[in-house]
Amino acid sequence: MDGNKIGLRLTYSKEATSTLAAMAEPSMAGTTPDHVTGTVRVKRGLAEMLKGGVIMDVVTPEQAKIAEDAGAVAVMALERVPADIRKDGGVSRMSDPDMIDGIKEVTTIPVMAKARIGHFVEAQILQALGVDYIDESEVLTPADETHHIDKFAFDVPFVCGATNLGEALRRISEGACMIRSKGEAGTGDVVQAVRHLRSIIGDIKKIGQSDEAELFEWAKQLRAPLPLVQEIAETGKLPVPMFCAGGLATPADAALAMQLGAESVFVGSGIFKSSNPAPRAKAIVEATTNFRDADILAKVSRGLGEPMTGINMDEVNTRFEDRGW
Amino acid sequence: MSSPTVGVLALQGAFARHIEAIAACGVRTAEIRQPKHLDGIDALVIPGGESTTISKLLDSLELREPVGKLLADGMPVFGTCAGMILLASDVSDGRPDQSSFAAIDIGVRRNGYGRQLDSFEADIPVDGLDGDPFRAVFIRAPVVERIGDGVDVLASVRPAGADHDTPVLCRSGNALVSSFHPELTDDNRLHQLFLDRI
Repeated sequence: MDGNKIGLRLTYSKEATSTLAAMAEPSMAGTTPDHVTGTVRVKRGLAEMLKGGVIMDVVTPEQAKIAEDAGAVAVMALERVPADIRKDGGVSRMSDPDMIDGIKEVTTIPVMAKARIGHFVEAQILQALGVDYIDESEVLTPADETHHIDKFAFDVPFVCGATNLGEALRRISEGACMIRSKGEAGTGDVVQAVRHLRSIIGDIKKIGQSDEAELFEWAKQLRAPLPLVQEIAETGKLPVPMFCAGGLATPADAALAMQLGAESVFVGSGIFKSSNPAPRAKAIVEATTNFRDADILAKVSRGLGEPMTGINMDEVNTRFEDRGW
Repeated sequence: MSSPTVGVLALQGAFARHIEAIAACGVRTAEIRQPKHLDGIDALVIPGGESTTISKLLDSLELREPVGKLLADGMPVFGTCAGMILLASDVSDGRPDQSSFAAIDIGVRRNGYGRQLDSFEADIPVDGLDGDPFRAVFIRAPVVERIGDGVDVLASVRPAGADHDTPVLCRSGNALVSSFHPELTDDNRLHQLFLDRI
């Protein structure tokens, strides 16, 4: 039912961007008549392909190569990992296009990049650069205190963070094609990631047991569109893939997120702020695939050197998780 | 075969969607993550995902050799997107350390249709499927650039801006491969086509 709504919205946005598309493809002659790009299915489809994998934050082409060598399914190109953003303070923005191009050149896997919450022009620029996914991210300084980006207006898919189910559904209603539980980026402390995953999945389970009348109340409480709540009641899951991010630092952390119900993991500072990034990255990839096999988890957890030092959540001054509305 | 089990390589990617599609056809599935999971399977699906990641995990989990042996012995296999890359006999634009099973004599170019912004869907007629054309979803898909002897092309598509069609669904011997993702639609006819030959 909601699929239809999103379909309608999509039709509208495709018309709105058709001029742009025509400019990008001056000659459509010879194309299969219904050959269409940027559909919801195509955008959500890439998230499906990233399932069971690890998306790694990288700040240089060298790191991107290490990530791909270790078996990352995608890299997130950014200028500073969250741990450094936290340390340095100041305003954090979209990365330099040259830096993103440098990473695109050396990798064959999808490249993601972050735009500030509500900063649709940064998103337009990232789409023009040809990135494969945009993360409308609370790790950067928000550009709009009320509105998120209208993600239906873009052909490139978006991932957004969420701390609870209501936030996840609001992002999906704006066109997000992947949700990641936020956790608390740059801390190396997994506690917030666990809290957010449990909150989202717990409410999905409760909705599954609710009757029709209760779904109206759920929609009100969650401040989320009723059709999305009804869809969850019917399917028992989010309409888009749900990944986990924020504070993961070890193979065990990745497997914990997967056992709790995440479908993939983002590892930011956890890899390149550790003492020996390459083997740690590989170990996290293997742990994410065999997340239920404790023997394999034990094996890959050996000899990785020091994990990122991290900061305890109680010592965190700026909570990125509170950004997003 | 009376009651076959289809193994779905579950190292990474869209394996869950394949399992749903095969289950909807009434056939039992098994997730393959380790060599011991291969026991008792009658066919194999290699899903879409990142072919580099899946290739590395095949090595680190010591699956490459036993899977290669099953394929060489004639086990029916269906590879979609990354799965097509992993089954092709030669791969361009891959990584030097990436290797494939060479279960079907085709040459493919990784991400040959472009990046995510070029990902597309289109209706394609498929040889052997009755009724409506198949809605094919292409995600950073591989392009088939060479077709070997004895390989049947069951479907083709005309990419945006191109002046000729490219094969997108091929079959040879025990292997069926597609550049696109039949598991991303609710149309299970291609899965059934595969299951009919087990």
